[in-house]
Amino acid sequence: MLPLSRPKIGVQGATGSWRFRKPEIDQGRCIGCGICWLYCPDSVIDVEDVSGKFRVRIDYTYCKGCGICASVCPVKAIKMVSEV
Amino acid sequence: MVKLTLTGNYCVAHAVKLSRVKVVSAYPITPQTTIVEKISEMVDSGDADIKMIRVESEHSALSAVYGAATAGARAFTATSSHGLLYMHEMVWWAAQARVPLVMAVVTRTIGPPWNIWTDHHDIMGQRDTGWLIAMAETNQEVLDETIKLFKITEDPRVFLPGIIGLDAFILSHTVEPVEVPEQEAVDSFLPERRQPYTIRFGDPLVMGNIPSDLLVNARMRWEVHKALESSAHVIDEVDREWGKITGRYYGGLVECYRCDDADFLFIGVGAWVGDMRLAVDKLRDVGYRFGALKVRYIRPFPGARILELVKGRKGVVVLDRSISAGSAGPIFLDLAAYLQGKRVTVPIKDVVAGLAGFEVNYEDFVKIGEKFAGEVLEVGWVKDYLEFYPSR
Amino acid sequence: MPLTIRDLPREKYVLPGNAACPGCPEAMGLRYVGMALGRKAILVIPAGCTSIIQGLHPGSGLSFPIINVAFASSDAVAEGVAVAKELLGEDGVVVVWAGDGATADIGFATLSGAAERNGNIIHICVDNEAYMNTGIQRSSLTPRGAWTTTTWKGKTEPKKNMPLIMISHGVPYVATASVAYPLDFIEKLRKAASLKGFKYIHLHAPCPTGWRFDPSETVEIARLAIETGMWVLLEAERGVITISAPSRPYIDKRRRKSVVEYLKRQGRFREIPEELVKEVEKEVDEYWTMILKLSSQQIQ
Repeated sequence: MLPLSRPKIGVQGATGSWRFRKPEIDQGRCIGCGICWLYCPDSVIDVEDVSGKFRVRIDYTYCKGCGICASVCPVKAIKMVSEV
Repeated sequence: MVKLTLTGNYCVAHAVKLSRVKVVSAYPITPQTTIVEKISEMVDSGDADIKMIRVESEHSALSAVYGAATAGARAFTATSSHGLLYMHEMVWWAAQARVPLVMAVVTRTIGPPWNIWTDHHDIMGQRDTGWLIAMAETNQEVLDETIKLFKITEDPRVFLPGIIGLDAFILSHTVEPVEVPEQEAVDSFLPERRQPYTIRFGDPLVMGNIPSDLLVNARMRWEVHKALESSAHVIDEVDREWGKITGRYYGGLVECYRCDDADFLFIGVGAWVGDMRLAVDKLRDVGYRFGALKVRYIRPFPGARILELVKGRKGVVVLDRSISAGSAGPIFLDLAAYLQGKRVTVPIKDVVAGLAGFEVNYEDFVKIGEKFAGEVLEVGWVKDYLEFYPSR
Repeated sequence: MPLTIRDLPREKYVLPGNAACPGCPEAMGLRYVGMALGRKAILVIPAGCTSIIQGLHPGSGLSFPIINVAFASSDAVAEGVAVAKELLGEDGVVVVWAGDGATADIGFATLSGAAERNGNIIHICVDNEAYMNTGIQRSSLTPRGAWTTTTWKGKTEPKKNMPLIMISHGVPYVATASVAYPLDFIEKLRKAASLKGFKYIHLHAPCPTGWRFDPSETVEIARLAIETGMWVLLEAERGVITISAPSRPYIDKRRRKSVVEYLKRQGRFREIPEELVKEVEKEVDEYWTMILKLSSQQIQ
């Protein structure tokens, strides 16, 4: 038995349960710049290349609801919606 | 095989070179300094292919060596006294991380006051850490055991770091004639380095994050203990193999001088065992049948081997060159506990002597031996189980 | 050619479901280390927030080769690893990821030693300006006036100038960075990785938990630090200082926002007295004056 570990998604469980507010993307407003993906501390935002722009998706199982994505979005396409 | 006159410290340096150590990192402290100076000289003259990291402290010395070893290189450091104390947390770290590496400890007392002479407080303070700890009696043994420790520590049944201890000045700075084995002999004896895991570029292996199950962590700690226990076999195996190559077999974990028919035994570690042997001869001349039991490894503690040898004796006197203040000397503590655990009764006394480098030689051992034998013959036991020598 | 978001790898080095606080700048920083260097970096991580962010064994929330190490040992361990890897002919970058304590306080000796020896490693100081992991106690990198659990009335001593100290060691590369400017940080990481010898990058990392602001504001606060001139993005190659692009507008002090804009957003400065704010303003000006003077001449 050695003190060795391997990478694991959800090592601390489903951290989505931590949040009290949820980021909701207005896909109509989104310009596909990828800035939210760049700043998300937890890699829960995924981007897919769709005709030269990013299509953005959030993994709510793990999103902690920090709100950085909403704060940095240049067109305010993300709103933090209360979950309590 | 070449015969040279070498100090104990130079023996360490030769052993390090012969063992094809790749990385050495150390910080100077009297009386260890000439080990590293010699290695430096060997490197600069092209005799040894070793990368030296000239760190700014002992804590960094063991850290650098630990890093190199974790990354896959055979690595070595050396220290004494306060230096050993300064790196103490890393001593634990290396053992619990199960990283094989070898360190020389030139045993020196601890201040204040400042004092460069020998006693065993520094090395005994490492007993709990999970390292193998060997203590040499002669410079030849320093050379031989250092090389053997690389093989022992890198054995999959062990995978723990190891210390070779040598007394300050008595061995470190005193010249003795020594047989230095050929590089080819050491190469055929020492295999390529093995270790339980290696941290590599590109492989996301993580060492040391918090355990989710504390029982797992507890078991890891117990496994360090078990690995030390199983190292006993490896120590003996490797010693025998070395004996076949060089003609020098040291007896494995312990060696007993004139023990076969002895009524009384001295038990000790380190250079002064040589004086105990002389005292044995002198005591026998005046009718006391003594033997000298040399403990070669403090960890793993060779309880079983010592038990075989002390069973049925009239009495055994342990010479401790350090004391666990508030209790007793460490060898005595380990042995008395083991004997009690195995339900073996033999009169056993702890004589704490030679602290702070105070010189104790064969004449003192004769006095100690006579007094001890006298008291055992008188009362059938010991009068005081713990004594400081010299008593006023 | 300047880096864009599209050039960055999508691979996840910080995994979803790790143990970091919401809005954690260390998690952000580690993502950028991954984007810059990939898994060819071995991280040596002394005690600090990131020790915890990894989560519990046998899993890890970080996908790098990692050696967790005792607090005061990081740069020495890293140098040992780097030396061994070079001898073994294995190619990659050894990176120390250390907080302000493990860099400027308990780890100062090992840092200075490795720097002076020009050890071939990158030391990243992820600076959240206090001993956050143990509960927000003051460090030598805590700025003046900041509340911490050991300076309830605000720290009286100034923030120790680590970038300048490291420049004075004469190492090949020193840079400052901010989580608000990831592309700048990534470029600096890649430049550092291309150089031999000791490289130091000081990453300013505003901590919502310890600085007392909403987790959504991490990037904003980090940006304000640059816009007020309180944190300067720069590089020093062999002692020659250049101001990085995001900080260049603020060479002109008229373009710097008032320091109050930065301070008032953080709960840790709520009690900061007026006189101290004036001092802070003065210090910002003095610091810029010195940096600009130094940037026109070589030190070491």
